[in-house]
Amino acid sequence: MLTYRKAATASLLFPPAGIPAMYHSLEAGRLAREGDVEGARTAGGKARDWSWYAVGVGLTVYVIAFLLFILFNNHGAVRVVFFGWSILTNGKAWHSMLKGFWINIQVFFITEIIVLVWALVVAIVRLLPGKACRPIRMLATLYVDIFRGIPAILVVYLVGLGFLQAKVPLVGDLSDNQYVILALSLTYGAYVSEVYRAGIESVHWSQVAAARSLGLSYTQSLRHVVVPQAVRRVIPPLLNDFIGLQKDTAIISVIGVLDVVNRARFINNAKGTLAAYSMAALLFLAVTIPFTRWLEWLQKRSQNRMQGGH
Amino acid sequence: MAFLEIRDVHKRFGPAHILRGISLDVELHQVVCLIGASGSGKSTLLRCINALEVIDGGVINLDGDRCSGQGIDVDALRQEIGIVFQSFNLFPHMTVLDNITLAPRKVLRLPAAEAEDRAMQLLTRIGLAEKAKDYPDRLSGGQQQRVAIVRALAMEPRLMLLDEITSALDPELVAEVLNIVRDLARDGMTMMLATHEMHFAKEVSSKVCFLHEGVILEEGPPEQIFGDPTEERTQAFLKRIIDAGRL
Repeated sequence: MLTYRKAATASLLFPPAGIPAMYHSLEAGRLAREGDVEGARTAGGKARDWSWYAVGVGLTVYVIAFLLFILFNNHGAVRVVFFGWSILTNGKAWHSMLKGFWINIQVFFITEIIVLVWALVVAIVRLLPGKACRPIRMLATLYVDIFRGIPAILVVYLVGLGFLQAKVPLVGDLSDNQYVILALSLTYGAYVSEVYRAGIESVHWSQVAAARSLGLSYTQSLRHVVVPQAVRRVIPPLLNDFIGLQKDTAIISVIGVLDVVNRARFINNAKGTLAAYSMAALLFLAVTIPFTRWLEWLQKRSQNRMQGGH
Repeated sequence: MAFLEIRDVHKRFGPAHILRGISLDVELHQVVCLIGASGSGKSTLLRCINALEVIDGGVINLDGDRCSGQGIDVDALRQEIGIVFQSFNLFPHMTVLDNITLAPRKVLRLPAAEAEDRAMQLLTRIGLAEKAKDYPDRLSGGQQQRVAIVRALAMEPRLMLLDEITSALDPELVAEVLNIVRDLARDGMTMMLATHEMHFAKEVSSKVCFLHEGVILEEGPPEQIFGDPTEERTQAFLKRIIDAGRL
């Protein structure tokens, strides 16, 4: 009984919502004493609503206030280190950073396209049926195990520096960008193939039975029935992996490419702040957030066209 | 020589012996109904005929050609034999029209326009022409099952297998599906159906087979099986059906 009274009292920690909450809770008490049960319930409900506003709005206000406090504490040291306005408004700095970021974008797009295809191939190989395909199935499994288990940064070092030094046939003489693309494709190909595999296995076997019973071959059933359904289902996890990939293009900096991270480092060293790293972060956000929204929109559209199913 | 000959067919799933020596002849234009309790092997038998399941013993011949065991072209066989499933199994990512034209286009290599013409004719016949561009989830269960039948018919099979096609439907939707099967029977389509719709089985079938624990315990014309069954098990099964008000 009267839990809204306690909630209203607690809400007073955020007065703009707490005061109305308290008012309605007192009102509810008064009406209850007068025997107006219905009125008391209505007022109690209002008190509860205001208490929730105290949580939703009050917490937000206090969190933001705390962040602002940090930002301007210590004579604004945090602000200067992370957001030195003199650099953030420096056109030349932005120009240099954008030039570097363009490399990250290119690496991202090319790698993504390679991964989308390569990972599907690996997933399909891992799901090939029958005894005859066992060796190649195991080979694909081995690949996935290895490249899922090694940190991406090590693969970039090994591929980017090692292939060049060892003059590995076919890939002994690539540009740094190409090595990074190769390294990230190997790593992300392993991850994404597992996503595809889960998607393919989630398509109910009765769909394959229906396709095969119409005379479609195994390959045709995969191509027209299983893979299209699997891909639609794995869009959310794929999206997740590609945001990861987009950020991991920053690894390109460790083998000396003049990407956005290395350019930020030079600017920071010259100016004695970390503001250029914040600029780089903003650049990444400027791509990842719209990209996420766009893919969510695409997914919603395809869901609207194909609701349910099984 | 019968159109479809099933000789001493066995099927095991691990330790479970599902079909224990099934032999059955289906003549051209016959409608054969398989009745029996759940788990008696009706569905398994149908799935073995179009090689969705590999049989462990015996032989199946379609129009004189062996169509079971090693070395058969299952894709070619399945063009001759259509199957409709209890759970419809339409492709949810394709429109009704694409569901129907997929196999004619990809397997028979018909030009898209021709495949679509034929599909529209079939859809018109079952009164669903206006649903051609819809996705299956917009259709009722009965409509989905009618589309599934048409999808199988679009391959112009010589034998249709219907696996409890009304069992997943709400009662008021059963009739619209059975009407199509009735029409097919009238047109002379050779069919085997596993069913719990005894009235319907009585009406359309040329032959009724009672399956019990993986064998055909009794077969004969519907009047005899439903009217004067000789086997005790058949009598007991039919009595349970009558007690449930289904016959």
